[in-house]
Amino acid sequence: MKVSAVITLKKDVLDPQGKVIHETLDGMGFNSVNEVRQGKYFEIDVKENDPKKAKDLVENMCKKLLANLVIENYKIIETQ
Amino acid sequence: MKSSVITFPGSNCDRDMDVALSKFGFKNKMVWHNDQELPKSDLIVLPGGFSYGDYLRCGSMASKSKIMNSVINFAKSGGLVMGICNGFQILVEAGLVPGVLLRNKYLQFICKNVHVKVDNKENTFFKNLDKKVLELHIAHNEGNYFCTKDQLKEIEDNNQIAIYYCDQNGNTNNQINPNGSIKNIAGILNKEKNVLGMMPHPERMIDENLSGEDGSIFFKNLLNNIK
Repeated sequence: MKVSAVITLKKDVLDPQGKVIHETLDGMGFNSVNEVRQGKYFEIDVKENDPKKAKDLVENMCKKLLANLVIENYKIIETQ
Repeated sequence: MKSSVITFPGSNCDRDMDVALSKFGFKNKMVWHNDQELPKSDLIVLPGGFSYGDYLRCGSMASKSKIMNSVINFAKSGGLVMGICNGFQILVEAGLVPGVLLRNKYLQFICKNVHVKVDNKENTFFKNLDKKVLELHIAHNEGNYFCTKDQLKEIEDNNQIAIYYCDQNGNTNNQINPNGSIKNIAGILNKEKNVLGMMPHPERMIDENLSGEDGSIFFKNLLNNIK
């Protein structure tokens, strides 16, 4: 079963890359951007067919390795 | 005095650290990250470099390697552990010192000499150091120290900030902050003061002809403190 997780920086954490992307977008003429925050996206294929168990497994991975909870939040966005 | 330097895949300051420690009288051993057990040591050093190519987050993969269980146990039982640069990043990912190291504020890899102020000498690493400001070298892309407000309060209350970026006279301010670190923090201790993580490389300042000798001062003092 495939589970996806999105890792984003917490609100208070400075995201210089997001800022530069924002400025570049501005320079290209995309003037309607308020803010850009860059994150990470993971697709994980697990040997588990129960959606609840698969989600719990990936959640545990997020807590222990994929995200650093001091600066990042994680969200499981889909299971299929 | 015995020391061990851990080599991770992608470490590149491990040999420099070996040379530095040996020069000042440590009997040093190199330890591979996939080993389970540490040789008997008075000091463990996690060296600088780019372990695992900085994949995911700097130091995150190395912090889960086999040898790290032994390093964590060693630190928890009061053993001296020092992480330099990437080693500092590994320490924060392993939870041995608080906070994280973010990308440098101005998105540039910084490679230059800096001055650091030694504020807290009530620990084995800096006790009796007769210089307040050291000139050391930094070379990093992710050295921007960050922690939550609660963590910062705890760190300050417990006197855990080891060194600050400063000018040559020891003044700390925003202008001389190279990477955006909170409070100009360049190095930090754990609560018990037996684990030190710092971005500057003392092992690069041990030769009067090639660099400065402020690293020599640090290592000589450290050896005397451990004896």
